[in-house]
Amino acid sequence: MSDRQQVEPTGSNLADGSAQEGPPAREAARTAGGEPAAALEARGITKRFPGVVANERVSFAAAAGEVHALLGENGAGKSTLCSIMTGSYRPEEGELFVRGEAVRFRSPRDAHAAGIGMVHQHFRLVPSMTVAENVVLGWSQRSRLRFSPRSVEAEVAEVAERYHVRVNPRAMIWQLSLGEQQRVEILKALYREARILLLDEPTAVLAAGEVDDLFASIRRLTADGGTVVFVSHKLPEVMEVADRVTVLRRGRTIGTVAKAGTTPRALAKMMVGREVDLPEKVPDAGAGERPVVLRLEGVSAAGDLGGESLREVSLDVHEGEILGVAGVAGNGQRELAEVISGLRPSSRGRVMVRGRRISGDPRAAIDAGVAFVPEDRMGTGVAGSLPIADNCVLKSYRRRPFSRGPLLRSRVVGAHAARLMDRYDVRAPGPRTLVRQLSGGNVQKLVLAHELAEDPALLVAQSPTHGLDVGAIDAVRRVLLGAASRGVGILLVSEDLDEVLEMSDRVAVMYEGRVVDVFDAADVDVDRVGILMAGGQE
Amino acid sequence: MIRVERRLGVPRWLPYVVPVGSLVAAAVITAIVLLLSRHNPVTTYQQIYQSAFVSPGAMSSTFVYATPLLFTGLCAAVAFRMKVWNIGGEGQLYMGAVGASGAGLALAGLPAPVILLAMVVAGMLAGAVWSAIPGLLRAFLRTNEILTSLMLNYVAGLFLYYLIYDSASYWRDLSSPSAKVFPVGKNLEPSAAWPAWHVAGLVIPMGFLVGVGVAGLLLGVIKLTRMGFEMRVIGEAPAAARYAGMRTRRAVAWVMAASGAFAGLGGASQIGDFGHVLDPRGLQQASYGYTGIVVAALARYNPLAVVVVSFLIGALTNAGFALQGPQFPAGLVGAMEGIILFSVLAGEVLARYRVVRGRPSAPPSEPGRSGVEVDRAEGVPGQPVGEVAP
Repeated sequence: MSDRQQVEPTGSNLADGSAQEGPPAREAARTAGGEPAAALEARGITKRFPGVVANERVSFAAAAGEVHALLGENGAGKSTLCSIMTGSYRPEEGELFVRGEAVRFRSPRDAHAAGIGMVHQHFRLVPSMTVAENVVLGWSQRSRLRFSPRSVEAEVAEVAERYHVRVNPRAMIWQLSLGEQQRVEILKALYREARILLLDEPTAVLAAGEVDDLFASIRRLTADGGTVVFVSHKLPEVMEVADRVTVLRRGRTIGTVAKAGTTPRALAKMMVGREVDLPEKVPDAGAGERPVVLRLEGVSAAGDLGGESLREVSLDVHEGEILGVAGVAGNGQRELAEVISGLRPSSRGRVMVRGRRISGDPRAAIDAGVAFVPEDRMGTGVAGSLPIADNCVLKSYRRRPFSRGPLLRSRVVGAHAARLMDRYDVRAPGPRTLVRQLSGGNVQKLVLAHELAEDPALLVAQSPTHGLDVGAIDAVRRVLLGAASRGVGILLVSEDLDEVLEMSDRVAVMYEGRVVDVFDAADVDVDRVGILMAGGQE
Repeated sequence: MIRVERRLGVPRWLPYVVPVGSLVAAAVITAIVLLLSRHNPVTTYQQIYQSAFVSPGAMSSTFVYATPLLFTGLCAAVAFRMKVWNIGGEGQLYMGAVGASGAGLALAGLPAPVILLAMVVAGMLAGAVWSAIPGLLRAFLRTNEILTSLMLNYVAGLFLYYLIYDSASYWRDLSSPSAKVFPVGKNLEPSAAWPAWHVAGLVIPMGFLVGVGVAGLLLGVIKLTRMGFEMRVIGEAPAAARYAGMRTRRAVAWVMAASGAFAGLGGASQIGDFGHVLDPRGLQQASYGYTGIVVAALARYNPLAVVVVSFLIGALTNAGFALQGPQFPAGLVGAMEGIILFSVLAGEVLARYRVVRGRPSAPPSEPGRSGVEVDRAEGVPGQPVGEVAP
């Protein structure tokens, strides 16, 4: 939803805002003229990992007072570059410059000392400690012997005040929302006197309102002469917040452009290397005539916290049909997907797959022909510390030809894995590569591969493109459409309403555990869907 | 100032050098301990070597100590591989001894191979039943198996005492008046004694050979079978295992039972190979169950490595008992084991991290580099940097 609103940058006021501070346009001109040094510059950075070149002669320069976006797909080398710029990795070739001086970081401490702070996508905070304690952890400006909570709180409050970061220094981390925790991370960097702040996918964990707060903090920081390197694969927010954009693709710099001189479409093309038009489902009027693969009759189920999260849901999915489930997160979609795939028992009602009743047993669901792409793809959809080959037979290891009697035939498994990697374009050095080394898009392709290799009758896909970059979204969508055209019934659960509308034959809307209405995608009224998702009646 | 940094790449030779280096480090640290306790490290090491491998009968008695460690090591290794923390090898070994001695006593008079087989089966079964208690509790009621399996060790120990000292049980010898005053267990018939393999003056107990066979079999199961695959997935990613339709709870219960069966086999071997009588004090003295955890950890849960490590720790234990006396305190061997374990674990950390000396500040930029050479107009050679002016 929020993405939708951001697609067209509500540009004018923003552009004005940055024009007042002046830096981006002028800075770009000055750098080209060869005058002042960039706040942070990487030149010809090359970093190799076994089997992959993560960065190959990557260069970019962020000026003082600028929000510089690093845009690229997952696996394009953004995170590696950040790790190099913050001293976690050392480049094999190339140089870093901070305010024009060559630096060589031996550890993150060196980077801190040079005024570079990083906010990681996954926060590094101690939940049982206060905001102030987290901020000063490992970096108190005072003597280590004289540590009084009061003075630390005051100190942290003062820094928070100076940068308008709204957060209570006495609050415990576990009490804070993800957005507030992110502010603590930012505060941590500022307390350490960072003038260059690297934000890695900062909006991934935020609610829509929190994104605006973050952007406001970013602007305040740059107005103050600080530099923000904003790492993202999301075009709309890059267009909203960045002054200039450096695009990375497959470990190389594609180019640096000023936001004002480009369009989302042009950036997408730079990022992916070709024109991207996400594939859509052509609504299939005849789907309702075909046999039913999934029938839910009055299904209810308990949520994790005990209350009833799924309430008397009745639905049909036909062969070759995509039924989209729209709804705001937490309205029973996850429970719905888990009940159908047998991971969660239902408390009432019946789940029928091709006429067979299943309940509360993943094995029975698998045997009935249910494939499942879970929301938590890394923790549930694959075993990250095992190689790709093992993951390719996560479900099929029980049957021939992969096992014979009690024995698992690793050669057959390896060959199968190589075939699937090829067919589903899972990019990795080989079947022995550990899954946790793959990018999100490749993990999702792997999940789809092992699920669809089983010739399922029904595929339950939960947020299948969440967090993926454009190229991977494109690939995942194509795989889903291909499966539907082969007759697989698909239940597509997604919080991205656009995706549901573009990919479905019919759309069911969920609110508070109930399916409040089902529409044909061909004549859906988007406003009405929005109202229903928010709990409105009409 | 010294600090620890993560290693960026692991050199090829490192995984081989680190364990050796750890052992050397352990020897050095032990030498310091020896010096502090006024022993000459060199002569002490010589003595240990002599009494573990060289002196008459030393090698054979090393096998005596290695055999139970092999079983308790396998017990811990198989469970820990699946992240099931069976700390109850000790108690499971006692129960195996109870089961095996019971079977040996009950079947007296039958042909030796029948008795032998019955003892093996009874020992494994008794150990498996004992470990199945924490296993089932963990699998179906989500209790913490570390606590339950640990506490059952004490229960098993008390049960041993009860059988011999505090009751007129089947295991207790009540045939003579003196046995009524000084409680002992019934002796098994000679036909219940397990045969040993005599080669070149060396006596290798049958139990050790059985243990090697079990280790090989276990390795095969782990590497080649569906069951091994399930163990890997369940251990590494329980949520993925459930998603894949694996019977994770059943698998946990079974692995726990198998783990206990190995310890129970160790208990059976204590009766059949060595004791030929249920002796609560003898079984409890050496705490083979707990040392087995050390063995498994040093072997990194690899069954074949357990064979090697159990032999080495067995040698150390043997030497410790042989040298024990006023000149050589009993605790010294335990201390050495601890130092070895500590060094090996520390070595594994060093394999992933490295120690760096120096100040944790930003390195000064190299002279001549700063500013002067920063020529921005040129851009970066070879890079298609397209600056699009607005």
